[in-house]
Amino acid sequence: MEIESHALELRGVQKRFGSVYANKSVDLTVLKGSIHGIVGENGAGKSTLMHGITGFHPIDSGEILVRGKPVNFKSTEDSIACGIGMVHQHFMLVESLSVLENVILGSEGGIFLNEGLHKARLGILALVKAYGLEVPLDSKVSKLGVCIQQRVEILKALYRGADILILDEPTAVLTPIEVEELFKLLRNLRSQGKTVLLVTHKLKEIMAVTDRVTVMKQGVVVLNVATVDTSAAQLAESMVGRPILLDIKRTAASRGELLLRAQALKVFDLSGVARLNGVSLDLFAGEIVGIAGVSGNGQSELLEVLAGLVKPNEGSLLCKAALVDDWVDITNATNGPRSRHNLGIAHIPEDRLKLGVVPSMRAEDNVRLGYEDKAGGDHFLTDPKQITRECLNLMDQWDVRPAEPMLSLDSFSGGNQQKIVLGREINSEPRILLVGQPTRGVDIGAIEVIHKRLMALRDKGVAILLVSVELDEILSLSDRILVMTSGVFTGEVSSSKASENGLGLMMAGIADKGGIR
Amino acid sequence: MTLSYYTVIILLLAGTIRVATPLILSALAGLFSERSGVVALGLEGMMLGAAFGSAAASAIYGSAWLGLLVGVSVSVLIAAVLSFACVFKKGNQVVAAIALNITISGLAPTLALAWFNQGNQTPGLTNSAQRFLEITLPWAKVSRTHPFPGLIYSELISGHSVIVYLAALLVPLSAFILYKTRFGLRVRAVGENPHALDSAGISVNKIRTQAVLISGVLSGVAGTYLATAAGAGFIPDMTAGKGYLALAALIFGNWKPYRALGACLLFAFTDTVATRLQGVPLPLIGIIPVQFIIALPYLMTVILLAGFVARPEPPKAIGVPYEKEN
Repeated sequence: MEIESHALELRGVQKRFGSVYANKSVDLTVLKGSIHGIVGENGAGKSTLMHGITGFHPIDSGEILVRGKPVNFKSTEDSIACGIGMVHQHFMLVESLSVLENVILGSEGGIFLNEGLHKARLGILALVKAYGLEVPLDSKVSKLGVCIQQRVEILKALYRGADILILDEPTAVLTPIEVEELFKLLRNLRSQGKTVLLVTHKLKEIMAVTDRVTVMKQGVVVLNVATVDTSAAQLAESMVGRPILLDIKRTAASRGELLLRAQALKVFDLSGVARLNGVSLDLFAGEIVGIAGVSGNGQSELLEVLAGLVKPNEGSLLCKAALVDDWVDITNATNGPRSRHNLGIAHIPEDRLKLGVVPSMRAEDNVRLGYEDKAGGDHFLTDPKQITRECLNLMDQWDVRPAEPMLSLDSFSGGNQQKIVLGREINSEPRILLVGQPTRGVDIGAIEVIHKRLMALRDKGVAILLVSVELDEILSLSDRILVMTSGVFTGEVSSSKASENGLGLMMAGIADKGGIR
Repeated sequence: MTLSYYTVIILLLAGTIRVATPLILSALAGLFSERSGVVALGLEGMMLGAAFGSAAASAIYGSAWLGLLVGVSVSVLIAAVLSFACVFKKGNQVVAAIALNITISGLAPTLALAWFNQGNQTPGLTNSAQRFLEITLPWAKVSRTHPFPGLIYSELISGHSVIVYLAALLVPLSAFILYKTRFGLRVRAVGENPHALDSAGISVNKIRTQAVLISGVLSGVAGTYLATAAGAGFIPDMTAGKGYLALAALIFGNWKPYRALGACLLFAFTDTVATRLQGVPLPLIGIIPVQFIIALPYLMTVILLAGFVARPEPPKAIGVPYEKEN
């Protein structure tokens, strides 16, 4: 009788990759009609566990019970048939197909499509009615925004008769308002008897929407409590294994001289659409300027222009150069990123694996990347010992683990990779630091370190431009916050007056001068 | 007697259809393979293998139909090897396909020499049962006596081998399969985002293998056409880059069946016109060197593919072996 109320139960679930346990004797009970949160750092085994539950990567040993019945999933096909649906962090959608085609993919209902499409249309309209999930059925997925794409994913799962819905980091791509809408939907699903498993690293969301929460660390469950009985601080502590300072202590900024002036920057993409549409920005020494906005609104292009990766089509860019301590026009600077180093500008790119490092190269070689002529020898021959020494130095400063300079970069965790990139750029002693998504894919422990270091740099008088999709990060680090929508700044607030709700409204383009409590 | 412009055009178009047939079959073969995310560089090898297989079987057993069966079997066998290497073993698709092409181009003449001892060729297919001959449709002879519109019927519509009609039929059929069936939806999906298919509980390897095997069947028909309908036996390297040309047509047709058909017809038309122009003096220019004329279709292909006409949108996952992420 007890078991009847369990939507999902795991008993001693184990999964190994090589000799490493990704999940070690995991026990987990998820109650029917509840929202159950699963938190943990990167590599804590959350995703592996979800893949085990869905049969994507079948478990090695242990038992999975769905609605009290033992199951043995060999593939996702089995779990779908059993009423388990998963919404992946990276959407499993085919962009060139229509919404309808995406929904029926895999359960087309016959050799020919017409009948299936017709049946699906009716079925989906019923679901849309029941849950208020409005989507344009005949549009191509590539034409839809991420928020709608996520709805398509949820619809897809529900259409296949999912009764237990797993969402992996569903809020990573959403604005605060869209997050609220998603939570409303999840509560609605719960009230209609569905069970929701929410995998996330955002503790605030766990506290806001879940009934119970399970914390994972290094492949095992370390905490399992009712949400009302815990706090974000306790969850963070059990995730990392030590007390974590979630709110960074701020000191008042002492703004120095003007270092960078951008005026009316415009950048057009290949099809002539303005990605930056007249952006002006002053950056002063000793301040952190945060750029808030839904990703894809021009923040990336702004970073690229400032870092010299892209030349602006219009506008001007002036910088107080470090060497001569005088103003230099760098609007059309040739040899972009390299010449920026001499001006005292360093850049931590948003997509570190693509632009920041060469993943297959050793850590010590990545530490020299972009600074080859400075570290370890002259232009032609290198001094391997000095290179190793410098890398060890950096690893020591930033507490990179493992401290192995010879290891290829992709064998480090996201947090440690980011520390290596940050260490490299900051060691070049820049006067202006451009930072994109400094904590994307980085665990809480490392986030704390990175935030502290950025604050310390600001206090030393470095001008920092921070682009992040994490509003919390923007709010806790920035002295000034600029909100970007569709390639222009739509608002500026000082951090003391900013609130998440106000910023969220500005990001969505609803309030112009919002962001004030 | 000089031919009227009308007759010349009709004959040019009839020639275009004959030249286009192996290209169309091969392009359709490439369509299934590439839309499923497997690079179709193996078309050339599959076609050549089929040409040899069909010519050899037809020479030995005296039946063109048996030749078709063996030709298709050989091509499917090559496709199976390709899908084993590229789909299951996650090998580099370009390297595997090129390696197979080179192997076939050496193996076929070697076997021909060993089995038939007539140079590197198969014996000529002289018996009418050994080849797919041109079929004269009813009333074709009568209609020829009224050149307009009779010639359109007697030369364009009638007078082709059965494989030509088959190719014409296969274009709409392939379009139907690709856009209106469950299998087609999965093929289109797996070439764009295999993860989506996998998470929906469908085997990526299975769909890709099926698509590559279909590609083998179609290439087999194309190769058989070359050896037993257009030609009369196997000669070394008789495909002469037609597989690559078909791939070019597929790209030019933006991986869509009817557009690829159009591209094949365009390539074939240039080829036919070029052949026709050999030795014919043109006003102002005079006689164009043969070498230039032969190069013309290829030159046009390069210019077309360089993006002067359209920006290609290949399937997103093409050439990338599928591996589950952790």
